[in-house]
Parts: sequence; C-alpha cells; structure tokens
Amino acid sequence: MTYEELLTQTALKDDRIVVMTAENRALVRNIPRKLGNRFIDTGITEQTMVGMAAGLALRGRIPIVHALAPFLTMRAFEFIRSDVGIARLPVKLSGYIPGFLSDGNGPTHQSIEDVATMRGIPGMEVFCPADEDDLVNMLPAIWASAAPAYVRINHKKGNFGHMSYTPGKAEVIAGGKDVTLLVYGFLFENTLQAKAILEKEGLSVGLINMRSLKPVDEDAIIMAARNSSLLVTVEDHLRTGGLYSIVAEVLLRRRELNAEVLSLSLEERWFRPGMLDEVLETEGFTPAQIANQIKNSSLLYAK
Amino acid sequence: MTHTLSDTLKETALRVREHIIRMSEGGGCFIGASLSCVEIMVYLYAQVIRRNGNDPLDPARDYLFLSKGHDVPALYGTFAEMGFLEPNRLSNHLSTADHIYWHPNRKIPGVEFHSGSLGHLPSVAAGVALDCKLRGSRNRVVVITGDGELNEGSVWETLLVANAYGLDNLTLVVDRNQFQANIRTEELVPLEPLADKFRAFGCTVERIDGHDFSQLERAFATLPETGRVRVIIADTVRGKGLPSIEARADRWFCSFTASEVEQLLKELHGQKEAAIESETMVVR
Repeated sequence: MTYEELLTQTALKDDRIVVMTAENRALVRNIPRKLGNRFIDTGITEQTMVGMAAGLALRGRIPIVHALAPFLTMRAFEFIRSDVGIARLPVKLSGYIPGFLSDGNGPTHQSIEDVATMRGIPGMEVFCPADEDDLVNMLPAIWASAAPAYVRINHKKGNFGHMSYTPGKAEVIAGGKDVTLLVYGFLFENTLQAKAILEKEGLSVGLINMRSLKPVDEDAIIMAARNSSLLVTVEDHLRTGGLYSIVAEVLLRRRELNAEVLSLSLEERWFRPGMLDEVLETEGFTPAQIANQIKNSSLLYAK
Repeated sequence: MTHTLSDTLKETALRVREHIIRMSEGGGCFIGASLSCVEIMVYLYAQVIRRNGNDPLDPARDYLFLSKGHDVPALYGTFAEMGFLEPNRLSNHLSTADHIYWHPNRKIPGVEFHSGSLGHLPSVAAGVALDCKLRGSRNRVVVITGDGELNEGSVWETLLVANAYGLDNLTLVVDRNQFQANIRTEELVPLEPLADKFRAFGCTVERIDGHDFSQLERAFATLPETGRVRVIIADTVRGKGLPSIEARADRWFCSFTASEVEQLLKELHGQKEAAIESETMVVR
C-alpha cells in the first residue's frame, strides 16, 4: 500500500480528517477528487496552513498537513510551536523529502535539523520510518493518537520485511556483541547492508530501526549499550539534536556511562547537492563507507 | 441604537476601563492598547458574539479571537462585566496561582485561543471559519488585530488564502490606534492607505469610529454573503479615557503605584489629570 492509498482510505473512513498542503501535491495527487472539500490547498503559505490547521483542529478535525520538510518545520516553526504545540492539538505534519531525500535541491531544501527542532516542542511526537512499508505500518497509530506529530515522510520502496509497529517502540532487528547500529529513516537500507559487510569481516553486529524518535525506545538503547562494545548512530541529520544527542541524553539519564558511541551524521555543514547515489558517496553514507568508518573507528574496541 | 442600550454599554465600558487601570498597578500591563479597544470588545461580547451559557464549547457558538493578545486587561475586564469571569480574580493578575497574565490563556473561560505572538490568530480564525463553512454552520468568526500587528506578513498571507476560500463568515477588526509599541505606525512602517490595501487583497472594508457604539452597531448589523473576508478598521485612540495617557508614545506598557492608580481612576471620572512619577515607559 502507498502513502496516498492509506491516506485516502483513512480519510474516507473518518470525516474528522482533512488533508492540507501548501501546494505540495506530490504525495496527494488523487486526493482532491476523492475527498472533495476536505482537501485544502492553501498555496505556498506554510505559516497560514499550520495556523489554519490549528483552527480546524479546534473544531474537532484532524488535519494531516503536507509541505516540503524544511519549509514546514522552519518557515512555519513558530506556528507549529505556538499554535499547535501550546494547545497540543492533533495536527499531523508530513514532511516531504527530509534529509538526503532533497538530493539535488541544495541547502535551502535540506531538512537536516527537523528532528532537533520538532522534538524540542513539548508534546510533539517525532517519527522516522525506514521505507514505504515501514511508513504505512506506522501511520495508522500516529494518525489515531491525540498528540501532535511530525513524520519524516520516506516513501522509498524497501525490500525488508518489517515487523509490526508498536507505538513508541523501536524495531530491534538483531543484537550484536561488537557493534549495534542505530538508524532511522532513509539510511536504514544502507545501514542494513553495512551490517552484512561488517559481519563478513567477523564482527557481531546488531541493528535497530529506531522508528519513533520521540517518544524514544529507551530500553532498546540501554540494552544495546549493555550488550555491545560500540553503539553507532547513523542519520541524515546534523550531529546536533538528532539521534546522537538523543542517545547521549538517554545514556546519561539512565547512568549507562561506560558506553562508546560513534556518530555518523552531518557535522556543522550542509551536504553537497546532487543525484542521491552520488550524494551518499560524497558524504560517506554508502554501505561500504559506513562499514569502513566503523571498522576504522578507534572507539570500536575502546571499551 | 436606543438611548438605554447606548447608556448601558457606555457604563459597561467605563467599568472595563476601571478594571484595566487597576491591572496596571504593580507588575503593570499594556494599558494604552487595552484602553483603545474597550468599546470594540464590549460591543462584540454584549451584542454580536452568540454564546451558549450552558455549553461554552457549543459548536454553534460565534468565535472571537484576540490576536493582539497584549489587551488582556480589556478582554478580562470585559469578561468580568459579562459574567464569564469572577471579578475578584482580576486581582490575581500576574500571580502564578491563577492564569491571568499579560497574554490570553485558554484556561480562562471565554478565551477561544491563546495569543501573544502577533500575526497568528488570523490564520487560526480562518481555520475555524473554514470548518464552519465545510459544515454549513452559520457561526460568525471575529478576530481583533492591532494595527502595528499588520506589519506581520502572516496577516496578509492569511487574507489571500481566506479570500481564496470565500470566508465571508470571517471578520477582521483592526484596532487602529495609530501606534506600534513605542512609535506611531505612520512614522515607522506606514500603513495608509490602509483600506485600499485590504481591498487590494480582496476584502470588503468599512472604516468606523471604534469608540462610537452606534457606528459599531451599524458595522455589525449584517453579515453580507459577499464571498470575501470582511475588514472593519476601527479608528481608536491609544489610552482612550485617560487624557494623561491618550495618544502618547511612551504609554505602552505601564506599571503604576497604588496612589497613581487612584488618581487615574479619578481622572477617568473627569477629575484632574493624574500626576505620574513612575517611569513612563517600561519595555517588555
């Protein structure tokens, strides 16, 4: 099932749902004729769209709101925080082309701080599915919840058979004595392949698809920290405020202070724009590059 | 408007001004911008906004959103007079034990939505107005904005969208008191010709004296189905009712002593102007 099919089906069953977009129809092309006036395109107006979503939610609607991730989370940030967030309204934000998925657009379109900004809003939940299958697994629970939510939309086809989704829980795919890879979103596939490379070289490698970054599955992180020599966080996000920060916060709060953590992320920079495959190679996120960075890390046997 | 109604409204407005003046003691309040919108607020709550006393969340109610949220003393003073809020609670102003502070909070009965950051509630109100339209429900949705607030691009963005969706159930009332925080609007970012700007954005526009109840009555008597957002520019005076404060750039946020408050209350009732020694402008 695709995102659009799921959204159509869900909205047709529940007339509280309104589908909004700031003229970004990539994910909702056929929705207008199916939903009629419950499809609301406000034009290129992220602030007004989010403010209106808050107003619609005050009247009992569940707005599912679409825009490119950077414009949704940054142009409309204060409307998300102050109108949706303070009132804790059930507005569901679908951010399109987050992280590396903005490929050739350039830094204006790179949403690589969205996890940090969205999780900084009290009550806001943050979800990052690994692929389309994972996305469709997760969305029913996200949309049914009363909380405001931000979803890093990732509708790339995957070929991994995901387990069913339990709200707030990670998908623990494997445990490993040497390394556990913690990943979310689009980089899941490459990280999965990196795991296979490392295993061929004799390492015992675990893998966790984080799925929900807020709330985060603290127990999954703690278990991995206790069972593995090294944790590796892999993310197409700035090092600040994303999964690396989340893991650091959890380890400190839970007094798991002996853990070693390697961050593969974007450190204080935007990425070089281009075709997606080339971006991954330039930025060091192909499966082989991920595996190499781990293998060569001084942290690997530091513990 | 009958004499009796006009007199009643004027008496209510006077009492609301007394509440505002009292709320300026100690921690202070945005007194000038509160005094400018008293008649607007009293008229709307007394005569326009239909509410269900038994069910404040009745979906058929009319909505009033205060986008220039720093007018809390006028809003809560009006609430106290309308019976939404126990008048004694106004003395809890700035106490963390209550929810009465410089900007509106939804925990106070009658507040439809919190505000404080300017340029937000036109869009929230447009969302409510759109839902009423979708449901074929004939609620009236009114949002009060400041004039300085019109600097915010989000106000104009929302007007474009609201007119695209034909939201003629949405009325924007501009409290045109001629001031930004500390500077006259026309001396900083000029707004005039303001009515032309709203018309150019597709709105129907009326301009009235915002302190004259009969003009407010005429403006709100009908809600024509024009397919456009309605804008009422209400010309007002910042600090209205207190000659020592009226139209002064330095009377935006004021914090007065108990004795100054007593003098201001007398000034409101026509006695001599208060002698204010407190710092004339506290920037918040």
